[in-house]
Amino acid sequence: GRSFNASLLSSFNIGITGLCFKKVKTHSLQDLRQPAVSSKVFVQRDYNSGTISKFQTKFPSELESRLDKQQFEETIQTLNNLYAEAEKLGGKSYLEGCLACLTAYTIFLCMETHYEKVLKKISRYIKDQNEKIYAPRGLLLTDPIERGLRVVEITIFEDRSIGSGR
Amino acid sequence: MKNCEYQQIDPRALSVSPSSVQNHTEKKVQRLRRKWEVFPGKNRFFCDGRIILARQSGILPVTLGLIVVTCGLFFAFDCPFLVTHLTVFIPVIGGVLSLFVVTSLLRTSFTDPGILPRATPDEAADIEKQIDNSGSSTYRPPPRTKEILINQQVVKLKYCFTCKMFRPPRTSHCSLCDNCVERFDHHCPWVGNCVGKRNYRFFYSFIISLSFLTSFIFGCVVTHITLRSQDGKSLIQAIQESPASVVELVICFFSIWSILGLSGFHTYLVASNLTTNEDIKGSWSSKRCTEESGNPYSYNNIMTNCCVTLCGPMPPSLIDRRGFLPLVAASPATETELPPFPVKNDTNMCTKSTKDVLERLVRSLDSRGRCPPGAPKTTPVAVEISAAATPPAERSPPTGCSRQHAGRHTAAAPCPPFARGRERRDSFQSSNPAFRLASPSPSLSRTFILGEAPDVGFIPPP
Repeated sequence: GRSFNASLLSSFNIGITGLCFKKVKTHSLQDLRQPAVSSKVFVQRDYNSGTISKFQTKFPSELESRLDKQQFEETIQTLNNLYAEAEKLGGKSYLEGCLACLTAYTIFLCMETHYEKVLKKISRYIKDQNEKIYAPRGLLLTDPIERGLRVVEITIFEDRSIGSGR
Repeated sequence: MKNCEYQQIDPRALSVSPSSVQNHTEKKVQRLRRKWEVFPGKNRFFCDGRIILARQSGILPVTLGLIVVTCGLFFAFDCPFLVTHLTVFIPVIGGVLSLFVVTSLLRTSFTDPGILPRATPDEAADIEKQIDNSGSSTYRPPPRTKEILINQQVVKLKYCFTCKMFRPPRTSHCSLCDNCVERFDHHCPWVGNCVGKRNYRFFYSFIISLSFLTSFIFGCVVTHITLRSQDGKSLIQAIQESPASVVELVICFFSIWSILGLSGFHTYLVASNLTTNEDIKGSWSSKRCTEESGNPYSYNNIMTNCCVTLCGPMPPSLIDRRGFLPLVAASPATETELPPFPVKNDTNMCTKSTKDVLERLVRSLDSRGRCPPGAPKTTPVAVEISAAATPPAERSPPTGCSRQHAGRHTAAAPCPPFARGRERRDSFQSSNPAFRLASPSPSLSRTFILGEAPDVGFIPPP
């Protein structure tokens, strides 16, 4: 897990280091202004089905130049499905709830809840998506749990590696 | 890889200024702060963030005390008599019930009720952009609402000015705790915490078990006194022999009415999938004449509603109290302790922070001559770490966060001490174009800053 983070970080940092090397060495105003802007797109929650965790699949216009609509929709739809799996009401979740109640909720001290297990799955999926699809396009998906499950934050980095004069 | 890069740079930095780098390392190891330390709401944290309580938890000790005292008196004075005269199961049942009551109470009090973390400055700016198309000249925009359809029912989502986001459905802002809480039921002073999505089941089990406990103790004490007075003694003599029973009787008598009433009320709420908040406001009651009164969250089945509310999956805490603040936490010792989420946070922050550094450098050269806004969450740390020497240009981005601090330090140096207030005011103004037009904005922003979390307006990219 950590090695993945390190490799992701290093892959970004290689690009950024290159920029920073140039900028600080030359100390030129012009150079300093260029890479400054990176914008963020927020995919909001979709409450049409109630309070369950679900994100809007509407494709944001800011990503049109970077990403396929299908790719984006597939990512969001998979996330929605994973959250639905976490919050699914069924025999298994009821059993877990009843067992917890009977043990006066002390069982949560030793056992991981089903929701937490799915959250780990989600963070692995997002890391995977970032590595394969989003990082090569200069984008970064933020896990919604770090934003309180309010938004899926997509950071758009200025693409400097493909020549100058954008 | 982070570690290797850091060590490669070290010898060079050491040759520049050894003491400052050592200070830097020491300070890094010391100043790892957890997120609960900078939590903006009015909550208190214990056990390094494991336990969360509302700030005003004044009556919780009273509740605990009453329960413990009553149970103690019961076990000490009534049980010996009842064990000899009736059965040994009485203290056993009493013990199990009291344990359950105390556990549920503590669980309700110490669990995060479903607090929603406040919106990050970027998110807030994005929402402001979406709403504020016209750019009105009033300093406070009218209350913002958004209407959505849930199960063919129109639901209004309100904008929370404190948390800077549209509240999800069934979420309410608790003024005592200064937090938005999901599925907000009520703020219970007896429990010393809000009751919301995550701890409603604990609260419900607390009041149900407490009703059983008070009824049980009441019954046992009455039996005790009756049995004593039957042995050829009068009632008054029996009471004189065991005065503690009277105390218990009085406590239980007055508790039973309120607790049983509350249990009944909450059983009704659970069965119809309502919250106290919604019931009191009458959100769904008089809108339609159909059954279930148009509550879009109800499953129209009592068993399903009960199961969903009480036995549904346990949602995680969204505020991540024990996570570490995004710092230059690149030292190997701390990395091993971090749970997965904060590591990811560090990655994101280190990646973005270098960009932020460059943005800030640009803005500091801007003609307005404002101090660059900095993330206050890292500002107190930055003040300490900025004692480090300005790192050389060749320092790689894993330590880019330290450059961020150093950069802020050098940029902040020319600003006078009151710059922090000034930068907040400016950033607050710039986060919403409407604010710039208003003249009373300085005093307003000051008022806002006092009451609000230390958040910073992120300048939306042009």
